[in-house]
Amino acid sequence: MARTVWGSTVGKKTVMAVSGLIMLLYLVVHMIGNLKIFFGAGEFNHYAHWLRTLGEPFMHYEWTLWLVRVVLVIAVVAHAVSAYQLSRRDIRARPSKYVHSKPRASYATRTMRWGGIILGLFIVWHILDLTTGTVHSGFQPGHPYQNVVDTFSTWYGNVIYIVAMLALGLHVRHGFWSAAQTLGVGSRARDRALKTVANVLALLLTAGFIAVPVGVMTGVVS
Amino acid sequence: MKLTLRVWRQKNAGAEGAMSTYEVDDISPDMSFLEMLDVLNEQLILSGEDPVAFDHDCREGICGACSLVINGDAHGPERTTTCQLHMRSFKDGDTIDIEPWRASAFPVVKDLVVDRSSFDRIIQAGGYITAPTGSAPEAHATPVPKPDADFAFEHAECIGCGACVAACPNGAAMLFTSAKINHLNVLPQGAPERETRVLDMVAQMDEEGFGGCTLAGECATACPKGIPLMSITSMNKEWLRATRRASKR
Ligand code: HEM
Ligand code: SF4
Ligand code: FES
Repeated sequence: MARTVWGSTVGKKTVMAVSGLIMLLYLVVHMIGNLKIFFGAGEFNHYAHWLRTLGEPFMHYEWTLWLVRVVLVIAVVAHAVSAYQLSRRDIRARPSKYVHSKPRASYATRTMRWGGIILGLFIVWHILDLTTGTVHSGFQPGHPYQNVVDTFSTWYGNVIYIVAMLALGLHVRHGFWSAAQTLGVGSRARDRALKTVANVLALLLTAGFIAVPVGVMTGVVS
Repeated sequence: MKLTLRVWRQKNAGAEGAMSTYEVDDISPDMSFLEMLDVLNEQLILSGEDPVAFDHDCREGICGACSLVINGDAHGPERTTTCQLHMRSFKDGDTIDIEPWRASAFPVVKDLVVDRSSFDRIIQAGGYITAPTGSAPEAHATPVPKPDADFAFEHAECIGCGACVAACPNGAAMLFTSAKINHLNVLPQGAPERETRVLDMVAQMDEEGFGGCTLAGECATACPKGIPLMSITSMNKEWLRATRRASKR
């Protein structure tokens, strides 16, 4: 079965849909968690610490967190590799353009590939910035509140983050609805509802994530 | 009407092609697009030039032979086949760009003619039912629920023209393949081969070098028969079902 799935365009698209939905679920939870920054350093840092103790006493300290990380890495890699392979195939299947051509599909649809690349680069930067602190001068392990305020006190921190979140909104807008079609759960009766959910999810994610840098920029969070 | 035509000319499959410009005059708005090309070809023959090669057969919108990307739209500006497109859809003095279907699985044979035998091979992979043929069976021998019959008919309308592939930014044949699969898979006559049909036809579609689906929706917009985009969703569902079942055997 794994061979059939990975060897088929329809199967590889299924891998994209499932991995995309896993990441999407994570992002919704992540976005809600981030909003705790508006309730002060104590609450935010406590939440960050709680993430590490999640599942105790069954799980050891940080086990749950690492489990989530492993699942996410698998999802990101599966998603990106299928996206790359399918895109290569699509370009090969349509080598010559029409002399008379016009852009057609919606902006969100046309920007899935570039938007995906932006998101991929963002994920790397974001981890090096706020998880490991590799690219973050003055990073303080165990003080996430201060680190977040730090990042959004630089112009480039804000620009990178906000651009990536706009790209995320567009990606989710087409992606969520697409995934429903790929998994065969779309139908004419459900189409309006699916498109609405896609738009609402995209808007909430983008607005929710961008609220944090805006909060720091306007001094609401400091 | 007086028109300027810019037509893709290519001597044969191996040759380099290019757009050539021609003028045609005295075109009636009641002519079909293909009749307009007939006028151009008469003109070319009289002046000793090679006429423009293009595919056509029934000229009544049912065979799927005619093709042509007209001003960037597969089958032109109206939702119909090129043979059913009339010159009243254009204005006097217009410049019209005419190109062949573009996809690596549809190589150009000459000028505007492409080789669509990749579609035939997708059909050969499973677009049929295995049943003894002969005189038509009694229509009520196998009851079909009305919604299933409607669904089957909607998909049976596909004439295999390939406009969906031509319009797709990925050169994908998902709409054609899904129309053929859904048409048979929903009917009791198609049930015995329900799983092998979808698995084999999708595998052949990939084998032919068509692209994958990104749900851009261009295919369904171009389809002269109104095969809906959701047809692809139904095929994906059938494919996933068949894959799960095959893994249990
Ligand atoms: C590593 C970075 C990423 C890359 C390179 C990438 C790329 C792509 C591409 C090329 C597509 C297919 C586009 C199309 O069908 O037109 C796609 C679809 C999708 N992406 Fe991403 N993406 C990335 C990150 C994400 C993230 C973070 C999410 C989570 C929200 C996500 C969710 C989705 C979903 C749900 C789909 C739809 C799958 C389907 O059509 O069945 N992607 N992605
Ligand atoms: S699905 Fe529509 S566009 Fe595609 S081959 Fe069939 S009739 Fe032509
Ligand atoms: S020539 Fe038969 S459909 Fe156009």
